Amino acid sequence: MHTDAAVAPSRLAHHFPDMKTQEHAARMGMWLFLSTEILLFAVLFTAYALYRFLFPVGFEEASKLAHVAMGATNTVVLITSSLTVALAIHYARHGENRKVVGLLAVTILAGAIFMVLKGIEYHHHWVDGQLPGSLYHYAGLKGPGVSMYFTVYFLMTGLHGLHVLIGMGVLAWVAVRAARGEFGPSYSTPVELSGLYWHLVDLIWIFLFPLLYLV
Amino acid sequence: MNLLNEFLRHLLFLPQQASEWARQLDYLHYFVFVTAMLGAWTTLATATVFVFRYRRKHAEQSTPIVDPKPIHEAVFIGLPLVLFLAYFAIGYPQYVRLQTPPRGAIDVYVQGKKWMWKFAYPDGPNSTDVLRVPAGRPVRLLMTSRDVIHSFYVPALRLKQDALPGRYTQVWFNADAPGRYPIFCAEYCGLGHSAMLGELVVMPAAEWDAWVEQQRRGGNPRAQDGQPTAAEDVDLRGSIVEQGRRIAAVQGCFKCHSVDGSQHIGPTWLDLYGRSVKLENGKTIVADEAYLTRSMMEPNAEIVAGYKGVMPTYQGKLTGPDAAAITEFIKSLRTDAPTAEPQKGPAYVPVTGK
Amino acid sequence: MSQSPASSPVYNEPNYLDAEKGLRSWLTTLDHKRIGVMYLVLTLVGFFLGGVFALLIRLELLTPGPTIMDAMTYNRMFTLHGVVMIFLFMIPAIPGIFGNFFIPLMIGAQDVAFPRINLLSVYLYLAGAAIALVGMINGGTDTGWTFYTPYSTTTVTTVAPVLLGAFILGMGSIVTGLNFIVTVHTMRAPGVTWMRLPLFVWAMYATSVIQVLATPVLGMTLLLVAFEKVFGFGIFDPARGGDPILFQHLFWFYSHPAVYIMILPAMGVVSEVVQTFARKNMFGYKAVAFSSLGIAFVGFFVWGHHLFTSGQSTFASGVFGVLSMFVGLFTAIKVFNWTATMYKGAIQVSAPFVYFMGFLYFLVFGGLTGIALSTVSLDVHWQDTYFVVAHFHFIMVGGTIMAFLAGLHYWWPKMFGKMYSERWALAAAVLVIIGFNATFIPQFLLGNMGMPRRYYSYPEQFWPLNVASTAGASLLAFGFTLILFYLIASLVKGRASGPNPWLSRGYEWNTPSPPSLQNFPQTPEYDRGPHEYQDGPAAAEVKHAH
Repeated sequence: MHTDAAVAPSRLAHHFPDMKTQEHAARMGMWLFLSTEILLFAVLFTAYALYRFLFPVGFEEASKLAHVAMGATNTVVLITSSLTVALAIHYARHGENRKVVGLLAVTILAGAIFMVLKGIEYHHHWVDGQLPGSLYHYAGLKGPGVSMYFTVYFLMTGLHGLHVLIGMGVLAWVAVRAARGEFGPSYSTPVELSGLYWHLVDLIWIFLFPLLYLV
Repeated sequence: MNLLNEFLRHLLFLPQQASEWARQLDYLHYFVFVTAMLGAWTTLATATVFVFRYRRKHAEQSTPIVDPKPIHEAVFIGLPLVLFLAYFAIGYPQYVRLQTPPRGAIDVYVQGKKWMWKFAYPDGPNSTDVLRVPAGRPVRLLMTSRDVIHSFYVPALRLKQDALPGRYTQVWFNADAPGRYPIFCAEYCGLGHSAMLGELVVMPAAEWDAWVEQQRRGGNPRAQDGQPTAAEDVDLRGSIVEQGRRIAAVQGCFKCHSVDGSQHIGPTWLDLYGRSVKLENGKTIVADEAYLTRSMMEPNAEIVAGYKGVMPTYQGKLTGPDAAAITEFIKSLRTDAPTAEPQKGPAYVPVTGK
Repeated sequence: MSQSPASSPVYNEPNYLDAEKGLRSWLTTLDHKRIGVMYLVLTLVGFFLGGVFALLIRLELLTPGPTIMDAMTYNRMFTLHGVVMIFLFMIPAIPGIFGNFFIPLMIGAQDVAFPRINLLSVYLYLAGAAIALVGMINGGTDTGWTFYTPYSTTTVTTVAPVLLGAFILGMGSIVTGLNFIVTVHTMRAPGVTWMRLPLFVWAMYATSVIQVLATPVLGMTLLLVAFEKVFGFGIFDPARGGDPILFQHLFWFYSHPAVYIMILPAMGVVSEVVQTFARKNMFGYKAVAFSSLGIAFVGFFVWGHHLFTSGQSTFASGVFGVLSMFVGLFTAIKVFNWTATMYKGAIQVSAPFVYFMGFLYFLVFGGLTGIALSTVSLDVHWQDTYFVVAHFHFIMVGGTIMAFLAGLHYWWPKMFGKMYSERWALAAAVLVIIGFNATFIPQFLLGNMGMPRRYYSYPEQFWPLNVASTAGASLLAFGFTLILFYLIASLVKGRASGPNPWLSRGYEWNTPSPPSLQNFPQTPEYDRGPHEYQDGPAAAEVKHAH
């Protein structure tokens, strides 16, 4: 564990007057970045809203083909992982790096479980031909808007899945730094920021799940 | 008023005004032009006067701090705001009027297709590229597109409306000046965008009634594709390619041949010229001028592999110059595209109702 | 401590250009000034390419029929011109060059908040530009820079690479904007309050907000088009229930604010130029600063004015039309305040000031034609004609490029410590302004006559005005080439400019020219705003904290 005095000067970049300003900048940068992420998804939410409005029946019927059990499990898994990440931030602030590593490992594992379940769902859809647009060839359900549901479904969950993978990578990198014992009361910004990112990924799923599986 | 209208219309290079709406729009145009010019030049003249009046006298001259009083900013905000809102207050109702067709308007269905306009009257004739309307009666256009977005544009009517695939849009006009006016496509739609020309023919109402009656009786077997009148045969729009396209449209070539690469009853004309074509009898032939002309006159002599010999001969229907013009038109259809995958145009979904 | 800071003995370290040598030191630099210079080189290459494409377009339009190329080549050419000029020059140029170079100098910071991300943005620019250009030239993209569906998803040419390239360029743009927002919020030196912030920084701040909030939408939209084109996802395909107009809404949700990404920085540049050359503080500082934010905000709610003829509801058209008026209103406020700034000033007519006057003139007419277009009914006639082409070139070329040239001439001595030939500069400025008028005024008239845009050939009645426009374009090209020559000549054998050749009191001039590697030996502290010229030459602009 590092002491306050040992950490601070080496972490300070040359162009910042003090550590406080630097962390303020980093946090603000992260929040701005998260806002761009939300706008990225906003396009897809707009498309979802428009096509749901245009094809209410098609969307309702098609969403019955979604695997609600797996989706629900995934929701629980992700919410749990948000908790573990929040705890990791807490322990990082107290310099308990070993607990941070453990909690982050659990978080990454949760991400992996999520991706595996998602993969199984994708596989089912693939086998049944429940695919976007021109690739749709499922005989069990036809009608206007059905293939559009799967277009939107795959775009939204695909983009979200990509974010889960990126989040797992970032958390793994932070876990390595925690294993080196880098975090303490004076320096825990990377854990906080990557945790923020993970919360966002979780939050987006909390919107996706009811929209795509339940409504 | 009339003189002033003509003066400003020429000053601004505006085309003829073929409807009352066009005239009203031009009046707004003049109002905007004159007031905006006054405002702009007042501002710019003030700036220029300042440049001369306040030249620097020595390098490190000091200047007073001049801060605005609230009244300055109020004027800066208020003046343009009042002017702009006045423009909007005149312009927006005009726009709403354009979007609201009156009862009893004559309906014409307009279909944009690469790269031609098709017009159809309910229970009446069809035509390609030539839209005939009566003077002094409201006409409503119901538009859609076969492939990509096009935009129906008649400068003389100051009228423009996008034709969208899979949707109907509408617009209306009441042309009151008989004459012939160009129709352009205003939304970029590919190779033939600038050649997607049509013509609006505004006829005196009685003449139009007679014309419709004649078309309905089916007196003319080729009326389906809008047999051109003698006057139209003198094509003022120029190039031989353009003539070829019109002749092809009149002869109904596009019923079987596409010009955008899509599969149809006959081979597409896109990139046809100069291509090596495999024939049904196994031979390969280069589609040059000779082959193209032969195919018009003796269509069943050399059939392209994969097609049926269903094309009638055009011997006697096409004169030499006509065939040459069509050939030139085919030659102009080139993509030079690296990938020659056929196009999958969206399906045409007719909307029921009315 | 009242001393002229530029001659202060603490500035004895080498300037940023000489501090390190070699290509490697440039490619790996984290210095915001060097990154600014790299953007200068890269965006000028983009501008040159886009200019060549523009000239080829004008040459093709010299005669009504085919002139030097076939229709397909022409369609590719205007697509290339649009994509290159917008994504490789207009959007990145002023933020990338002047924003990077001057924001830290103007707020008394040693660098931007995230120097490494700043360098990343340069490489994103390079990668995006390479992918887009190679993809377009190999694949022959012919969709126009607007990529309207379903044309873009059904054309036989390749579209996906340019979409990917634009996506990557967009990421670079987001990163730059994010960096600037954080920099302005967290790194202002003591005394640089929000109400003393140089107006260029205010304008860049407003620009950055748009970049961060609008660009992701474009990025995702372009990816959707690529997905549809490559895999047939059908999201904009009417045959599968998709809505092509949805694309237009999403596209213009970014691309209209993107117009303000291009013009707001220009407004910031001329605010600095007019204050220096009129030797006056800005009349109505707050009005100018807040109108930038106003444009950024309202700019998000006007995109529908591109869809007046698309069949959108008359109600929506009305709302978008009246909101568009407010953008014009904010611009008018700026124009009046710039003009009033010259009142009781001490005006020096140098090349940057001539460009400022050109900017003012073009912006007034470009802006007023924009107002005319947003009266809704007039747009029905003008939509997609040369009138619109002339309108946005008045804003983009007449506004942004004039301001870019004003800034380039104003800050050239600051960036490189060299002075160009004033006589040549004045000659080129006059040439560019005349050439611009000759190119684009005929296009307004062509639009009035009804000539649609993106026309490869045209009926003969449009011929004379097209000839005039092409003649003007050649003048314009000549003027730009001239500028390039004397600027390069000034680097080779120009006389040293001294630290502050314009005797400006802008904050950025409180450093030597060119600036030293470390911007300030110690954090500066300000007790007055920039550009206050009410007292004599002896007054100091800066005092140093200890």
